[in-house]
Amino acid sequence: MIRLIDVVKEYPNGTHALNGLSLEIKDGEFVFMVGPSGSGKSTVIKILIGEIEPSEGRVMVNGFSLRNIREWQIPHLRRTIGIIFQDFRLIEHKSVYDNMVFAMRAVGSSPKEIKKRIPYCLELVGLGNKARRLPSELSGGEQQRVAIARALLNNPSTIIADEPTGNLDPARSLEIMSLLEQINALGTTVLVVTHEKDLVNRFDKRVVMLERGRVVGDGKGYYGRRPQ
Amino acid sequence: MSRHDIFYFAREGAFNMFNHGFMSFAAIGITVACLLIMGTFTLVAVNANAMLEDMEAQNQMLAFVDMEMSEEEARALEKDLLEVPNVSAVHFISNVEAAAAFRARYEDDELFQGLPDDNFPHRYAIDLKDIGYMRQTKEALEAVPGIGKGNVNAYEDEAAGFITIRNVAGIVCVVLIAVLFLVSVFIIANTIKLTTFDRRDEIAIMKMVGATNGFIRWPFVYEGFLLGLFSAVIGFFLQWGLYEAVARSVASNDTINLITVVPFAEMRPYVAAVFVLAGMFIGVGGSLSAIRKFLQV
Repeated sequence: MIRLIDVVKEYPNGTHALNGLSLEIKDGEFVFMVGPSGSGKSTVIKILIGEIEPSEGRVMVNGFSLRNIREWQIPHLRRTIGIIFQDFRLIEHKSVYDNMVFAMRAVGSSPKEIKKRIPYCLELVGLGNKARRLPSELSGGEQQRVAIARALLNNPSTIIADEPTGNLDPARSLEIMSLLEQINALGTTVLVVTHEKDLVNRFDKRVVMLERGRVVGDGKGYYGRRPQ
Repeated sequence: MSRHDIFYFAREGAFNMFNHGFMSFAAIGITVACLLIMGTFTLVAVNANAMLEDMEAQNQMLAFVDMEMSEEEARALEKDLLEVPNVSAVHFISNVEAAAAFRARYEDDELFQGLPDDNFPHRYAIDLKDIGYMRQTKEALEAVPGIGKGNVNAYEDEAAGFITIRNVAGIVCVVLIAVLFLVSVFIIANTIKLTTFDRRDEIAIMKMVGATNGFIRWPFVYEGFLLGLFSAVIGFFLQWGLYEAVARSVASNDTINLITVVPFAEMRPYVAAVFVLAGMFIGVGGSLSAIRKFLQV
């Protein structure tokens, strides 16, 4: 579960990115977070993955309290979250399979676990036959599928996707969003940060809208302003 | 840390070293150069110290025995002299030997050739353990019955000169080695920082999926360790070859063959140990210093 209560974030240069933001996402939910540039979406993600600390307020993510989280606890927090970025962040000189091995190795998985888990995740995203390809040999949509498979490797309870379709055409974007919906159906909480109005409106999901560091809309079904 | 992890770190470290061949070559080259400079300077200091010790050993004191004493009585003083603190050895020189040596020194001067032996007192050549305490030893020797005040020749100025040279050389040596060592760590850290910069995306991905800082650091530590070890081995053999070449050149040159060079074989285990330790310390220290910045993700 993700819970933010009256969160304020002020950067050292004086910018107020979040101004008393409160939000709760229950286990198993699928949530779109939308808003214009500078509304605080990226800051929320950075706080949720422990990259930055909130200046005020309380943040709980999958049982971790992030207000005073210790540095050594952050890797353990991140293992409960699968993160997907717009630019895929794959290692270019490693094959799809080796990219996955790299991610599992990084959290100390054994060779046995690696052999079992990687084919399962690749099958889940429909890339079981492309394990030996380099990322450069795949389309943008396929690369994002690899990134999703990588995010699923450590069996996270939450997936956070930051503009996952920003580099893809509409058809591929729809595929990726459908894939995330399937993953959500398996019980994983999914938070998608995006600004693609049309895409959001095609799914009947909860939409949280941010503006100037606050939640200004929270409802189901479309990208728009709605009273909380 | 599991067995799988250890193999993984070692394999990744070795792979990274070979995969970034040019940077590794540069890092090894720089470390070898720094080790050679440090090693050469240290070996020069070791040789200078050995020469100073030889010269110190030759810096004897002379204690003249009372002229009234017979040779037997004079020889009996040996035990008392050996009991004086800081005296390492005494060598008795009879008045006959002293006179013979004097005449030999002035063999061209007829005036001195006729001097009778009785004009020369019996004496002791005295070796000291530490010439830094020459004045105190001289006073203690003068207090021995049969020697008396003013009857001990001590070359205090020369001794003070040796001590100054040794102290200055020691300080210069330590300072230069420390500076060169820090420069080496700095250069290695920057070289490895470049390879780390190359891999900042990989590090960011590792952090993103929940790798601990320790897990990210280990392959770099192995890489630094291997770079240091390779550098130490190459540096050691180059140092050996260089030293032997200089030693041969010194031995074959008539003008400088008075300098005694300490054989490399005597120092080989120490040089090897110091090179390996210094190489690994520079490599691992450089890696840790380089990676620190990239772990703040």
